[in-house]
Amino acid sequence: MRSAAKLKPGQGPLDYGNRTWLKVLFVSIFFILYAPILTLIAFSFNTDRRGIVWRGFTFDNYVKAWNNDSLIEALTNSLVIAFVATIFATILGALAALLLWRFRFPMKGGYEGFMALPIVIPEICMGVALLLFFVNSGMMGFFVSMPWPLNLGNIIIAHVTFCFPFVAVVVRSRLVGFNRQLEEASRDLGASEWQTFWSVILPYMKPGLIAGALLAFTLSLDDFVITFFTSGPETVTFPVKVYSLVRRGVSPEINAASTVLIVITVVATVLAMKLQAPPKADKG
Amino acid sequence: MSDAIVSIRNVTKSFGGGITAVDRVSLDIAQNEFFALLGPSGCGKTTLLRMISGLETPTSGQIIIAGEDMAFTPPNKRPTNMVFQSYAVFPHMTVEQNVAYGLKVTGVPGDEIRRRVGEALEMVKLTQLATRKPDQMSGGQRQRVALARALVKRPKVLLLDEPLSALDAKLRDDMRLELTRLQETVGITFIIVTHDQDEALSMASRIAVMDRGSVQQVASPAELYEHPRTRFVADFIGKVNLIDARVHRQIGRKIDCEVRGVGRMELLSDGLVGAQVAIAVRPEKLKIASQEPSSAIRVMGKVRHVAYFGDTSHVVIEAADGLSLSVNVQNESRHGGSGVERGQPVWVHWSPEDSIVLTE
Repeated sequence: MRSAAKLKPGQGPLDYGNRTWLKVLFVSIFFILYAPILTLIAFSFNTDRRGIVWRGFTFDNYVKAWNNDSLIEALTNSLVIAFVATIFATILGALAALLLWRFRFPMKGGYEGFMALPIVIPEICMGVALLLFFVNSGMMGFFVSMPWPLNLGNIIIAHVTFCFPFVAVVVRSRLVGFNRQLEEASRDLGASEWQTFWSVILPYMKPGLIAGALLAFTLSLDDFVITFFTSGPETVTFPVKVYSLVRRGVSPEINAASTVLIVITVVATVLAMKLQAPPKADKG
Repeated sequence: MSDAIVSIRNVTKSFGGGITAVDRVSLDIAQNEFFALLGPSGCGKTTLLRMISGLETPTSGQIIIAGEDMAFTPPNKRPTNMVFQSYAVFPHMTVEQNVAYGLKVTGVPGDEIRRRVGEALEMVKLTQLATRKPDQMSGGQRQRVALARALVKRPKVLLLDEPLSALDAKLRDDMRLELTRLQETVGITFIIVTHDQDEALSMASRIAVMDRGSVQQVASPAELYEHPRTRFVADFIGKVNLIDARVHRQIGRKIDCEVRGVGRMELLSDGLVGAQVAIAVRPEKLKIASQEPSSAIRVMGKVRHVAYFGDTSHVVIEAADGLSLSVNVQNESRHGGSGVERGQPVWVHWSPEDSIVLTE
């Protein structure tokens, strides 16, 4: 201990964080990753109309974005889609996770792999595939002719398709830590399987369900590619709207609206990560 | 046995891959007994306990609890409750909710639940901690929750799976007394699974020693220790000197045998003539003497090792023909210890009735 105390800070074998080159690397990585986003946020407070030179601080862009009806309509659409898709994706994902955790059946490995496929398939392929499916099955025409919010149906179905595997993966990994003796104890104490599920297994799954739901929500909220392919001609979601506005030049309004979206996404992600943190050693 | 609360008849449990965990076991466990299933890990004792609870189904054979065949009774309908090795206390419920759980799911009315939970918590001395969550409790306290949760159901049989293995040594001694006290107070049959012979000997009124899926012997602790029926039981319960011997002839109720390193002796037994048997002698039954003793059985040897344990010393003596004997010596006075030193030539002697002849 004595000789260790004489070492200067930063010389210990695990004190990587104190080395200069590492600090430089650390800072530059963060700069490259976050400089564009910080610029976007900073320029959402810019008074310059063109949004290229910094001229002064204002909240006007937020007010303008709020008063832009088509932008708000797009945001409402996005939130409705994300909300409904999250509910369905969470239920389906939780059921898939339970199935894979609880039962043994032939081809289980294959099923598990195929279920996770939407996570790895390029979004563009998913988008094209879903578009073809909707058009050929006549669902596209059916949903497009419906009144709001039912005309979002095809987008919601598409979002559920790519969101639920994420929920399933998160919930499954939570279930791995479940002490099966808790289930046995519940049965032994007189509970039926159904009672055991509701009062023992489901409460254990809860953090995983919430984390999975938040993940699904953020994924759905900012999805562009799949939405672009599967939306009808009249329906516009927030990312699609931003894309069409950017083509006519970047305005600080878009910056403001994007900042709002970033905040929503970051908050949801942070919550999801907190809840998804591995459970403390389960002492049961 | 007609007053058996649990009757296990010819029960076998095989798992896939040709593993037979429990092999044709028959046992009768009486009302109010503190019964122990004792054996090394993998001997099938836990599987047997789980079959009694209904968490495992026998491949063949019959389990009868309180006169009813349990073949088609699921665990939630059996008059048994279990204390799990990991305690399996529900982490998202308070102590109170944990204890109330088993009553709530079976539809016991609210005020009765409150009364019985209160009584159960008092019984395990947890009234003060009723509103705590399990992660704010020690292992010993969680175990009490598991006990209260099982006892509040008023089962006919309480099953305990290695209940003390996760506790530290001091707590384990307290819990042993506590469990015996509880069993006497509630008057319920306790069946405990353990690999710890001290635990079984000190708590149980009867013990079934199991090895590789089958029951070797069922007897009271003293009977098991002093009259083991097989080499396995003699060796597993306490320490023992096992000496090879060959039976020469039967003389009345005695056998005349040649014991390795000791010589000819006559012992009370029915041995097959010509058979290889083992003579078992407990280390505390052996005596050390510096002069040639007059006992019928005596061996000359040399002290090879002395281990000091405070109250006793364990002395290992090497005799002729590769025979090695362990002797426990009481350290009766503060000076002198065991009174022997390494390398010292000594006599070891014991009385013929302390020798157990084991044919299996």
